[in-house]
Amino acid sequence: MSAAANRSSLGVAPLAAAGSATPYDVQKIRADFPILSQTVNGKPLIYLDNAATSQKPRAVIDAITRYYETTNANVHRGVHYLSQHATDEYESARETVRRFLNAAEPGEIIFVRGTTEGINLVAHSYGRLKIQAGDEILVTAMEHHSDIVPWQILAQEKSARLRVAPINEAGELLMEEFARLLGPRTKIVAVPHVSNALGTINPVREITRLAHEHGAVVLVDGAQAVPHIAVDVQALGADFYVFSSHKVYGPTGIGVLYGRSALLNAMPPYQSGGDMISSVTFEKTTYNKLPHKFEAGTPDIAGVIALGAAINYVNGIGIDRIAAHECELLAYATEVISAAPHVRIVGKAKEKAGVLSFVMDDVHPHDIGTILDQEGIAIRTGHHCAQPVMARFGVPATARASFALYNTREEIEALAAALRKVREVFA
Amino acid sequence: MPDLRELYQEVILEHSKAPRNYREIGGANRKAEGFNPLCGDHYTVYAQMEGDTIRDVSFQGAGCAISKASASLMTQSVKGKTLAEFEGLFSKFHDMVTGHASAANRGEIGKLSVFAGVSEYPVRVKCATLAWHALNAALKGSQDSVSTE
Repeated sequence: MSAAANRSSLGVAPLAAAGSATPYDVQKIRADFPILSQTVNGKPLIYLDNAATSQKPRAVIDAITRYYETTNANVHRGVHYLSQHATDEYESARETVRRFLNAAEPGEIIFVRGTTEGINLVAHSYGRLKIQAGDEILVTAMEHHSDIVPWQILAQEKSARLRVAPINEAGELLMEEFARLLGPRTKIVAVPHVSNALGTINPVREITRLAHEHGAVVLVDGAQAVPHIAVDVQALGADFYVFSSHKVYGPTGIGVLYGRSALLNAMPPYQSGGDMISSVTFEKTTYNKLPHKFEAGTPDIAGVIALGAAINYVNGIGIDRIAAHECELLAYATEVISAAPHVRIVGKAKEKAGVLSFVMDDVHPHDIGTILDQEGIAIRTGHHCAQPVMARFGVPATARASFALYNTREEIEALAAALRKVREVFA
Repeated sequence: MPDLRELYQEVILEHSKAPRNYREIGGANRKAEGFNPLCGDHYTVYAQMEGDTIRDVSFQGAGCAISKASASLMTQSVKGKTLAEFEGLFSKFHDMVTGHASAANRGEIGKLSVFAGVSEYPVRVKCATLAWHALNAALKGSQDSVSTE
C-alpha cells in the first residue's frame, strides 16, 4: 500500500493532488462506465476482475465510434483529407502516451497488440541481436507467463541461461539475491512493475540501477502498474517498458512498447511489410525511422486513438488521485477479507497495488468464483498465468479480487458478505 | 437464476471432502493424467483391467469440489464395469452435464445424477468431466495426458 513517503524510492511521481480540495466522486465516475449499471444473476454487477481487463468509459467507446463515423482512412499513406486527419489523430495519441510515460521522444513509443507482443518484439529483435551462448537472462519468481516463455524460447535457441530471482513469503523480490544473480553474463533483466498475481510493486529504480552497473538492459512489464500508479520511464531507468491498453480502460488488441531510442535504432525489425520501409527494391530495402520501423502493416488505428482517449480520461481524474482511491480500497479489502473466516491472503508485500489474492481453507478458488458469480461479483480464479507463483506459495490456484478507479467500499463489503456465504455452502 | 444447492448438492460436498478410492494402485495396468491448464486442476487416474473388465479404479490429485466429487463418484460407478459399459455411462453422464439428457436418462445413472445441476453452469462442465476424460484415455491406452481446455 504505497504510502506517499515511499513513492520516491519506487520511481513514482509525488502526489500532485495531495491536499486537492475536490473530493473523489466515485459515483460520478461510475456513471461514465455504461457496463457497470447492469445486473448479473439478478444482482448489481460488482466487477472486481480489473487485473484481467478493465471496463471502458463512454469517452473510449465514443472515440471508437467517432473515428469510424468521421475519420476512418489509412494512416501515413494518403494525401487526401481523411488520411491526414486519421494520421494526425493517430500520432496525437502517440504523443499522449509519450507524455503519460514521460518518454523523451514520440519515436520511442511503438504501438503493438499488447504487453505480450511488446515482450515478444524485444525478445525477438533485441534478444536475437544481443544474446549469445552462455549469456544470461534474469527474471523474477513473480513473473507472468508472458514474461517467462519468450525469454525461455530465446535462451533455448541461443544456448543462453534463464535465471530466476527468488521472492520471500510476503511476495517481495529478495533484492540481495537479485543483486547476487547479476553478473557480466547478464544481458537482459525482465521484471514486472506490479505483480499480477500478488500485487507487489517492485523497486524498479533500484533494479535498473543494479542491472545497469552490469551492463544489462531492463524490460519492465507494466501491464498491472500503468492503471494504478504514475509511471515515469526515465525516472525508473527502464530500457523497455510495456503495457496493454485494455487494462487501463482502453480497447483490447492494442498495447505499447516504450524503448530507449538508442536501443530501438540498433534493433532489426520484428515484422516487415508496408509502413516500416523507406525504400524497397528487389535487391535492398531501407527501413523507415522510428517508430514506423516497428509498425509494419496497417495498425489498429481506432484502437490507438481510443487508447489516447483512455489516457486522457485517466489524466482527467488524475493518476495520483486514482492511486490514492485504490490504495484505500486495497487497505480496506485487506482488512475485511483477512477477517473473513478461513481466508488466507497470498501476497503481503509492503508495497502493493490493485490486487488482492486469497485462498480459503478446504474450498477451491473455482467454487468460490461460482458462488460469488451468483451474487453478481466477478473475480478471477485460477493460476493467473503465473504458475511459478502458485508453486512458490504451494497453492494450485487463488481467488483474486482486483480494483479499479470505479470500485467502492460497498462493493468490498458485498465481497466479504459473499465469502461468508461460500463458507455456509461448504460448512 | 439457478440455485447454488442444485450445483453443490450434499453428496457432492461430502465426496469432495472425503473422496472415495483416493489412492494409487501400485502396478496399475492403466493410468492417465487429466489436467485443466486454466484452473490448475490436476488428477491422475489408475485402473486395473482384467480382460474387458475394470477390476479396480482410483484417483489422486487436486481441484475444485465439482471435479473431485466427480472423480470420486466415477470410481464408485465404474468399478466392475466392462469397457463398453463404461463408455455408455460416460456418454450418458456427458449428455446430462451438458444439458442434453432427458429426465428418463438421468434415472439410468444412479448417484451420478447429483451432477445434473452442472448443466446450469456451462463453465463448470469441464470440472465435472475431467476425471472421466482421463479415465477414458487411460482405458484406451493413451499415453498422453488429457486436458479439458
